[in-house]
Order: sequence, then C-alpha cells, then structure tokens
Amino acid sequence: MLTVKDLKVAVEDKTILNGINLEVKPGEVHAIMGPNGSGKSTFANVIAGREDYEVESGSVLYKGEDLLEMEVDERALAGIFMAFQYPVEIPGVSTSNFLKSIVNANREARGLEAMNAMQMLKYIREKIELVGMDEKFLRRSLNEGFSGGEKKRSEMLQMALLEPSLAILDETDSGLDIDALRIVSEAVNKLRTQDRSFIIVTHYQRLLNYIEPDFVHVLYKGRIVKSGDKSLALELEDKGYDWIKEEVDAVAV
Amino acid sequence: MSDSMQTLEQHTKSDYKYGFTSNIETDKLPKGLSEDVVRAISAKKNEPEWMTEWRLKAYRQFLEMTEPKWPNVDYPPVDLQDIIYYAAPKKKKKLNSLDEVDPELLDTFNKLGIPLDEQKMLAGVAVDAVIDSVSVKTTYKEKLAELGIIFCSFSEAVQEHPELIKKYIGSVVPANDNYFAALNSAVFSDGSFVYLPKGVKCPMELSTYFRINERDTGQFERTLIVAEEGSQVSYLEGCTAPMRDENQLHAAVVELVAMDDATIKYSTVQNWYPGDKEGKGGIYNFVTKRGLCKGVNSKITWTQVETGSAVTWKYPSCVLLGDNSVGEFYSVAVTNNRQQADTGTKMTHLGKNTRSTIISKGISAGHSHNSYRGLVKIGKKAENAHNFSVCDSLLMGDKCGAHTFPYLEVQNNTAKVEHEATTSKIGEDQLFYLMQRGLSEENAVNTIVNGFAKEVFNELPMEFAVEAQKLLAISLEGSVG
Ligand SMILES: Nc1ncnc2c1ncn2[C@@H]1O[C@H](COP(=O)(O)OP(=O)(O)OP(=O)(O)O)[C@@H](O)[C@H]1O
Ligand SMILES: [Mg+2]
Repeated sequence: MLTVKDLKVAVEDKTILNGINLEVKPGEVHAIMGPNGSGKSTFANVIAGREDYEVESGSVLYKGEDLLEMEVDERALAGIFMAFQYPVEIPGVSTSNFLKSIVNANREARGLEAMNAMQMLKYIREKIELVGMDEKFLRRSLNEGFSGGEKKRSEMLQMALLEPSLAILDETDSGLDIDALRIVSEAVNKLRTQDRSFIIVTHYQRLLNYIEPDFVHVLYKGRIVKSGDKSLALELEDKGYDWIKEEVDAVAV
Repeated sequence: MSDSMQTLEQHTKSDYKYGFTSNIETDKLPKGLSEDVVRAISAKKNEPEWMTEWRLKAYRQFLEMTEPKWPNVDYPPVDLQDIIYYAAPKKKKKLNSLDEVDPELLDTFNKLGIPLDEQKMLAGVAVDAVIDSVSVKTTYKEKLAELGIIFCSFSEAVQEHPELIKKYIGSVVPANDNYFAALNSAVFSDGSFVYLPKGVKCPMELSTYFRINERDTGQFERTLIVAEEGSQVSYLEGCTAPMRDENQLHAAVVELVAMDDATIKYSTVQNWYPGDKEGKGGIYNFVTKRGLCKGVNSKITWTQVETGSAVTWKYPSCVLLGDNSVGEFYSVAVTNNRQQADTGTKMTHLGKNTRSTIISKGISAGHSHNSYRGLVKIGKKAENAHNFSVCDSLLMGDKCGAHTFPYLEVQNNTAKVEHEATTSKIGEDQLFYLMQRGLSEENAVNTIVNGFAKEVFNELPMEFAVEAQKLLAISLEGSVG
C-alpha cells in the first residue's frame, strides 16, 4: 500500500523529518506515537500532499506509484484520506452540499455514477449513524462553530463516506469525550477491511484499546526510533518517553 | 511564498465568453456630443417636445459639471467627443412578433442565454432586451398588461405613458445629480419602464438584458420602476459586451419609487467585458442607481453581482422617506487582473423607524482593486432608525487590494448603527482541506468563494443565483494554476 523510504523533509530550511522508513501493507493498522513536535503531523501532511514542505530526499510509493509526484486532489481521489488534527472552518459552505460534492467527485474518479439526491441522502444518513453524529450538522456551514469533538466526528463521517484505501488519522481521539471515543473507534473498526489500511497518530494508549494496531511506532526528532506491537503502547503509557529519548540521544552523541 | 499562494496569483486567463460581436446592420449617429446630437437622438425617437426640452436642460447642466475624482479608481480621461451616442439595429418596420426580429440578433440573444423565445418564456421570466441603444423586444407584455402592469422599453413609455414618465423621470435621480447622471439624462437612448398599479403583485420575474454591440458606442440606458401602494415586483438586469481593445462607456441611471407597503427587489448580474489581463479595453461602468422608499412600510432591495467592467463606479442607494421603510443592499463585487471597482451604497434615513441592511462582499484577485464605499445617513427626524452593515473582503494573492470607506452621519441620537468589517485571504489551509477531499484547486477556490458570498446569493432569485455562481467561477477562472 504505502512504502516510505528514507524520507527527509524540511520546512523553511529546518529539517523536520529526518529519514523515515515505513511499510504499510493492505489491511494493516499502524499507530504512530511520539512527543509533541516530533513530526507526526508533518508526516501525515506530507503523505497527503501539503505544499509547505520541501522533500529533501527519499521516496514514497503508494500502490506502486510515486506519491510525491501527485497533486493533493489526485492523492485524495486515489484513495488517501487524512483526518485533520485541526479541521478548518469554511464559512458559508453547507456541510451537506460539501459532502455531496466530495462523494460524487470520488465516485467519478472511481468510475462510478454520481448519486442522485435520494441515494445521497440515504447514504449520508447511514454513515451519520455509523459515526454517531446529529443530522442537524448537515445544515450548518462546514466545521464552522463546531466544537472540537464535533469537528473530529465530522472528519470521521467524511472518511466513512469516501471509503479510502489509506486513512491517516491525526489525533482524531484528542478532544473526543469517552462515549464519542468509543463510537468513533467502533466506526473505524467497522471500516477495517483486508484492503484498507490505517495510520493512526495518537498520544493515548486508550484509543489503541479500542482500535487494535498491528504495529506501534515511536517518532522522535523526525525519525522512527522504535517499532513494536501494541504492547509498546502500553509500555509508553507506563514509562513515558524519557527512556526512549535517552536511548536515542545517547547514540546520537 | 508557498506554491499555492503563487498559483492563486497566476491569473493567467479568464476567458470572457460573451466577447463575440454580432453582424447586425445598424443605424447610428456620427461620433460626438453637442446640443444637435441631443436633439437628433430625441428626433430619432419621435419624442414629444417636453422630453426634448428635458434632455436639453440636462445637457446644459451637464456642461457646467466636471467628472468626479473622488472614487478610488484610476483611468485616463474619457473623450466624450469620441463616442457614438446612438446606434440601433436597423429595422425595416415596427417589430410585432419574434419572427420579424433580425435572425442575427436572435442568435446573439441565444448566445447570451436570454430566454427570448416562446418556450423559455414559460419559465416565467419576462424579458426586455436592450442592444446598443434601443430596446428590441419585450416579451410577455400582454400577459402583464392584463394585470395592469406596464413593462416596456423606455422609448415606448415616453410615447404611450407620457404622464407617468413626466411625473417620475428625474424624481429620484435629478438630471443634475452628478456628471454621469446628467450626461445620461441628455443622451439616454432607451431602457426599461415598469409600472405596478395599486395592490398588484407581479407574478413573474421581470428582466432586462443590456448589450453593447457596436464599436465606439456608449450605452446610456435609463430604467424607471414605479410601484404603487401595496404592489410587489422583482426585477433583474444582466449586462454583457463584446471584447474590444478600446474602452467603452456605460453610464446608466436607474430610478425606483416605492409607495406605501410596496416592495421592489432589483437584482443585477453585471458582466460587462472587463478588459484583458493587462487592462486593455473593457467597459467603464459609471452608474447612478437610487431608490426612493416614498411610502410607509415600503421596501427596496438592491442585490448586485458585479463581475465585469474595467472600471466600476456604482452606489445603488435608498432614500428611506416613509416611516418604517426598509432599504437593503446585498453586493458581491469581484475584481480580477487589472479591474477596478469602487462600489457600495448610500442609505439615507429620513422617516421614523426606518431600517437598512448592507451586506457587501468584495473579492479581489490578480492586480485588481476593490473598494467599498458606503454612507449611512440618519436625518434629524429619523427616530429609531437602525442600520446594520457588514463589509467583508476576500483577497486572492497579495498583489490585489481591498479598501473600505464607511461614512456615517448621524443627526438623531436614537439611531442604532452597527458596522462590521473583515478582510481575509483565501487560506491555504482551506484549500488544502478541500483538495484533500478530492476537489480540484479550481473547484476548491469556487467553493470557498461561493461560501463567502452566500448571504448575497441567497437574495437572488433561484435561477439567477445559479447563474451568478457560474459567473463567479468564470471570472476567477485561471486564478488558480
Ligand atoms: N509550517 C511550519 N513552519 C515552521 N515549523 C513547522 C511547520 N510545520 C511544522 N513545523 C515544526 O515542525 C515540528 C514538527 O511539527 P508537527 O506538527 O509535525 O509535530 P507533531 O508531532 O504532530 O506534534 P503534536 O504532537 O504536538 O501534534 C515542530 O517543531 C513544528 O513547530
Ligand atoms: Mg500533530
């Protein structure tokens, strides 16, 4: 699905990702953890194609294609979805119209017929139920005035609607209350299939109780410094990051 | 600067799809302006003596006036002697049915998407089409006549309803109101006239399309709408012109009069040729539009979507004379490339409990300049007047400019005036977000822009709102890479 090799990325001449290697196979769930500022969101943004970043070296293959050559919208239409850590507000754009247009844009890219209004309504209702959102959000402007948790649910709704091949969730659990966390996790679990992969960025082991990852990686100073299975997350919960930082910093000196 | 901001600035091209010229035989006066030209126009139209005199008086006043310099726009002086003041499609005899209209002309209207033929009339839009100087065809007239509604060309109204024209012409915008209004009053060639008798609610949208076709011509149309007590009307005007290298002048006057409990909704989708990327050619659009809420509880709403013209100078205004009268102004003004717009409104509160709302949305791209100029004036006797203004600017790229000039004159301390203004840039964050969901850059920009302008689009009649959205997309086409 996704093969990242020795990826180095800079922002304004400051290197932020310093040689990332990661292999995500179809159906796998990878969790990425790591202290604040270690580069998790940067990594997610680079995969999604944000332009502020300069790729200094390395390669990223997605379904066998050079991902770094693709535009943001091309990547999206090729099945990459990113749930934003901080979803932006788009004033005046009705959520329901927006959802309709993105669903149909993605269907068109997959060679499917556009849904008519009735089909769309049914489809959106189905997914709204899945992520436990209130239908009244459909009538509001996209993300405008949504609470932190509501924004995150709106991201999950969009993911459910677009049925991506690779979903990157950047701290989707932050800001969710306990019930919402459970509902969102269940939704993600329902969307898990043999061909769909997830990269889940989180600070909390708690989420991984609900969504069991196949791998857990620790990102520190722009590098994956430790990988393991879900027990690594438990260990981090227990011990914090200091022991890893010490290990890495000792080697670096 | 990041790539996406750069691409936003690449206002490579914005194809003007109405830029064709039509090969229609015309009857026109030679270039130039003089009393003789004014008389000649009047004579061509077979006008009664009083009309000729009215024009001449306006012309003499015009000679004493100078071009206003206060708008925040910059253009070389207009040579009024280099303009043709009258050009009309040649006709062999009076047109009685659609079959008699020059096929080339009909073709022009088809290209403009004007629903001139019988089938499309069923869509419920009555159309008056003004090409260069004269009104060519007014559809649906008979049906409206049954209700006592008059909807005809201005010239025809001068002949058929002289008492109404005499009474109302210049009553809202006096002939000497300003330089361009005076010019218009002297040389106006045609336009539309609408009259709603007492208590009649117009059952359909009324609409006029203005088209400048001939080279070197100016267009000087006048529109007059009179709504008697308790009547209601919604009127829409659309404008286009061919692409020409030289600038062409459009100086129109619109007067609206609303009596007790009457409502007039006047919407404009202005798409005059804006000139090319370097600012060559395009229409100078210097327009005076004013509505008088004469009666109690009357209401006038101006809605405008301004995308065209090289230079725009336009302030649709309301004089709120009747107690409890309401004035509204909803505007989206888009400037791209080298376009300049100085537009806004004047709300003059004279009656008690008068209310006004101003929603102005300016969108600037390329090297363009977009200014909002608004005056809210509360007179001594306007007890409990209330104004609410919002004026938002959206910038695309950093070579364009947005300016706001709000003026406030309050002479009654019971007035309540609220003003909000924001300026924002199309955010890279927003673009990235929308594109991450699979929308193209162009589509993402349109989504953001349409969201920004939504409050104004909501005020347009449904079918025109869709058209306006498309127009906005076309105007900003090429503004992303
Ligand atoms: N556009 C930018 N300009 C300057 N610095 C940036 C930019 N984007 C990211 N950085 C810096 O890169 C580093 C990594 O940021 P990133 O957002 O990827 O961290 P993170 O691991 O997601 O942190 P958090 O856990 O707080 O979300 C930070 O030091 C951040 O300040
Ligand atoms: Mg982050």
